[in-house]
Amino acid sequence: MKTSSMTARTLDAFARMSIGRAFASGIGMVAGGFLVLLVLVAIFAPWIAPFDYAAQNLMNANAPPGWPHLLGTDEFGRDVLSRVIFGARTSLSVSATAIAISMAAGMTLGAAAGYFGGFFERAVMTVVDLTWSFPDILIALIFVAIIGPGLTSTTFAIAIAYLAQFTRLTRAQIVRLKRETFIEATINLGAKPSHILLRHLMPNAIAPVIVVGMLAIGDGIVLEATLGFFGLGAQPPTPSWGAMMSSGTAQLFLSPWVIIFPGVAVAVTVIAVNLFGDELIRALDIRDRLRGS
Amino acid sequence: MILRYTAQRLLMLIPVSFSISVVIFMIVYLLPGDPIDNLLRVGSSPEDRAELVAQYGLDRSLVVQYFVWIGNMFQGEFGQAIVLRRPVADLIAQNLPYSLTLGGLAFLFSSTVGMALGTLSAMVRNPVLDRFVRGFILLGSTVPGFWLALLLILFFSVNLGWFPVSGARGWESLVLPVLTIGFGGVALVARVTRVALLDVQREDFVTLLHAKGLSSGAILFRHLMPHALLPVVTILALRIGWILGGAVTVEFVFGRPGLGSLLIRALGQRDYPVVQACLLMLALAVMLGTLIGDVAQAAMDPRIREKKS
Repeated sequence: MKTSSMTARTLDAFARMSIGRAFASGIGMVAGGFLVLLVLVAIFAPWIAPFDYAAQNLMNANAPPGWPHLLGTDEFGRDVLSRVIFGARTSLSVSATAIAISMAAGMTLGAAAGYFGGFFERAVMTVVDLTWSFPDILIALIFVAIIGPGLTSTTFAIAIAYLAQFTRLTRAQIVRLKRETFIEATINLGAKPSHILLRHLMPNAIAPVIVVGMLAIGDGIVLEATLGFFGLGAQPPTPSWGAMMSSGTAQLFLSPWVIIFPGVAVAVTVIAVNLFGDELIRALDIRDRLRGS
Repeated sequence: MILRYTAQRLLMLIPVSFSISVVIFMIVYLLPGDPIDNLLRVGSSPEDRAELVAQYGLDRSLVVQYFVWIGNMFQGEFGQAIVLRRPVADLIAQNLPYSLTLGGLAFLFSSTVGMALGTLSAMVRNPVLDRFVRGFILLGSTVPGFWLALLLILFFSVNLGWFPVSGARGWESLVLPVLTIGFGGVALVARVTRVALLDVQREDFVTLLHAKGLSSGAILFRHLMPHALLPVVTILALRIGWILGGAVTVEFVFGRPGLGSLLIRALGQRDYPVVQACLLMLALAVMLGTLIGDVAQAAMDPRIREKKS
């Protein structure tokens, strides 16, 4: 209980000082504002989308952008705009969930490796370095191939693909902090390892990890879209940005808008995530700590 | 000195490749679906099945299967593709050149154009150019590769008719895939070059060189570049793995033969030996890339070889 309220307080302070400052710059405001808007759109999709995302109308298939289908229709006559809006739900939630899992697991592994050292650290870091040098799409592909296509396996595949990143970063922070005088003092005062780790090391190590997590959500969206494009992610009729483009490939020459608009959605979102992440890094002044890992 | 360092790094690769090979062997064993099912004719008896299983050695224990497999690998004997019914070595030999050509050209493209762009944006203090390069860097590192590929096909192949939509005939078919893979690489290399150059420029010795009256060109090529090259080489070496990853998607979109499309197809068909061989080749390339990067770094920076050896 104590540690969770502790973490909550740290996070709260973190949020107040840095998010506010990240919003303060022009770019940060535009990018951050867009992301807030996107999350709202995803949450309120059923009220915002002009049409039912699954409603087919074969008489009006492959209609170009116009009225009433602002972004056109796909090969089943479904409204592309509505599918992009509902796709935001899938893409954002899958990526955010995956990164949250990845962050939690990576922080635990990295903190334990950095704090306890020894054989455990070497074992963890060997595996981490192995996966680190592999392209994330390969790791995700193999994982999805093992447990089968679908949104759940996509989520875990993304989580595993970025696990190495969080483990490395957390370990680097912990190793750096362990050398600080105040930690030495706490150890000499007789504090228990769990106390040192949770109350002194983690709160100080958490900021860069959260920022990298924020940036990784963007990468996760791209990875989700790629897996969806291979037909390994969301299954029909669930709309996701990647899956939309996958079914659109067959109609590339007939109705390019089915591919263009979900791609624009991915690109704009990921760019916004990156710009906002950069502002966060600047606001928190942690560029050097990120480079060290 | 540098030879000793290289030898040490090579020795370190042995446990790493052992773990990779075990992981690859195990991963493939965990894949669902049974390739034997694909081979059996309708109505075959359990005895037929058992015979096939024995023929491919799938009835022996996992440890035995691993050592048989790794022993064969060392002799360049990749086994027989279960679904395609051809020696895996042939399949690899047939597909590898396509991937190497594509990867090599993409590597060349991203390193030269990336370094040129990065240098340009760091040297020329022109806000418009700087903004353009930074925008390009941002786009290149965020836009999904397969989407870019589709847009390029749409624009250059369908609208302009300059390049073929898919396939691997002639140099024309290489242009769009190389551009697609290279785009992200250009952005990354440009960013690293830019940051590295800007970092070095702040050093005192550079101010001294300017004060001595050396021309900016001479300072750039003789004094700044050697320093800036270090992170660029590191990122380029790591990039080899990422180019291969990008090749998987791009080969798929453009319908090109290659290791990536072979792997995707084999994953779909549960063709274990092919999947294993493809993954091993990719892993080998990634490890070689890291090794080259480390050795190049050590060759350029004596501090690294002293610290690690």
